[in-house]
Amino acid sequence: MFEATAQNRRNRKVEGLFRLLFLWMTCMLILPVALVLGVLIVRGGPAISWEFLFSPPTNGMTAGGILPALVGTVWLVVVALIASVPVGVAAALYLSEYAPDNRLTRAINLAIINLAGVPSIVHALFGVGAFVIFFRFGTSILAASLTLAVMTLPVVIVATRESLQTVPLAFREACWNMGATRWQTIRKIVLPNSISGILTGVILEVSRTSGETAPIMFTGAAFFLPFLPQGVLDQTMAMSLHLFVISTQVPDVPEHMPFGVALVLISMVLAMNGISIAFRVYLRGRKKW
Amino acid sequence: MTSPAPGRAAGDYAVEVEDLAIRYHGKPALSGVTFQVRRNEIFGIIGPANSGKTSFLRAINRMDLMTAGMEVSGSVRVEGRDVRSWRNPYALRQRIGVVFPLPVGLPLTIYDNVALSSRLRGTRRKADLDVIVERCLRRAALWDEVKDRLDSLGSLLSGGQQQRLTIARALSQDPSILLLDEFSIAVDPVTTMRIEEVLAELRSEMTIVLVTNLVQQARRLAARTAFFLTGELVEVTETETMFEGGAQDPRTTAYVEGKFG
Repeated sequence: MFEATAQNRRNRKVEGLFRLLFLWMTCMLILPVALVLGVLIVRGGPAISWEFLFSPPTNGMTAGGILPALVGTVWLVVVALIASVPVGVAAALYLSEYAPDNRLTRAINLAIINLAGVPSIVHALFGVGAFVIFFRFGTSILAASLTLAVMTLPVVIVATRESLQTVPLAFREACWNMGATRWQTIRKIVLPNSISGILTGVILEVSRTSGETAPIMFTGAAFFLPFLPQGVLDQTMAMSLHLFVISTQVPDVPEHMPFGVALVLISMVLAMNGISIAFRVYLRGRKKW
Repeated sequence: MTSPAPGRAAGDYAVEVEDLAIRYHGKPALSGVTFQVRRNEIFGIIGPANSGKTSFLRAINRMDLMTAGMEVSGSVRVEGRDVRSWRNPYALRQRIGVVFPLPVGLPLTIYDNVALSSRLRGTRRKADLDVIVERCLRRAALWDEVKDRLDSLGSLLSGGQQQRLTIARALSQDPSILLLDEFSIAVDPVTTMRIEEVLAELRSEMTIVLVTNLVQQARRLAARTAFFLTGELVEVTETETMFEGGAQDPRTTAYVEGKFG
């Protein structure tokens, strides 16, 4: 009774092996993240100070702070959000709630996924052609943000559509059967129960946008501009480009400065991701069905 | 327009279907169905799974418009008027309450669940809504259990309570027709009996089409019963006749006697 056969023993051994393999891969994944963070904190940490955060670069960017780049990144991200979120959410609502499930819809969905895979440098060149030259926005926050918006649109659409799909069809059917229109159903039932997922997607998008360099370097981000932008038609510095510039283009930058910039940038991204995770946890706690 | 059955005027019928056929993506689900549901009767529909009962209900309130691949041919008349002549299908659906097999408490408070239909129609005054909510919950035999927690979530009630909530919600539409689709599938027997009592009371005010998986439920409630089998209407007979061996088709007798299905 209950004697392990040879097959049982073999199965158990294989089970242990795979467990170890997957564990090992997971550790390999954590390692670079920990190293990047560790190196940045150790080497960039000493650069961080109030003065570093709140003063413009001086001395040919070899001294001073990063204020114009910090403010510029916030401008770029906010304008990009204003441009992409309404369009993306509306498109996702159409695709998820209204569009008939036919070949055209499936083709559009596929196109959106492919759009997300277009390299950012291609988006950059598109931005130059469309926004800087054709629409005559010049190299400006507006042109750069719109380029970022086009680039992040598929992410917003996919995130929104996925969170709309988490609302069960039965809820929609119950509403429709009462004589509710699709829009009434969306407003009363679908949106209130998916808004959390949509916001999470948006926040993740923000964090992605803030780190992008290629799409903004030809369309609106300046090499060096020790003033704060006054409006959307100004050029601006940006954290990501500033990091690239002082790491590779400017001689004699003290070593701690690029690490400091990188640390601030990654802290912004992590903080936003943290907010999004906290949000998700909070909302999971008050699930309604 | 066809002439009504002998001895009855067209206005006596709440639902008339003629040569109704339903297909999903070209695949037939129901075909050649013709019968009438009288006003203020409880009309039972029985039949095994996949016999087209639910599809039939969906054709009555034009849910084919909301269902990809669903095609309806033939005619369905509600209150004497072809449902496809309704320019506004939302108005049609508001006159028809629907209860589903699995209770669907919307993720709103109990109050908002019942007030939803009125709000969709533009009723805003709290006092009016209060009256509607209390009346409908009372008629669905749920008021006493939930009156102290109207602002808790309807979707977290027990199965039997949620099903009574959906009935209250359907009643809040002030329907002239109530369609019930196997409402007792996820409900305990005691609650089922309570809901059946509610339905018997509602008969005087509205027409009820009761699709049921329990043949005895049809016997308890329905004046006449239709038997659907694999996408066809086998027959429509007075319920008592059907259960006392007087069915026209031997398959009906076999089904109601529990020999298959």
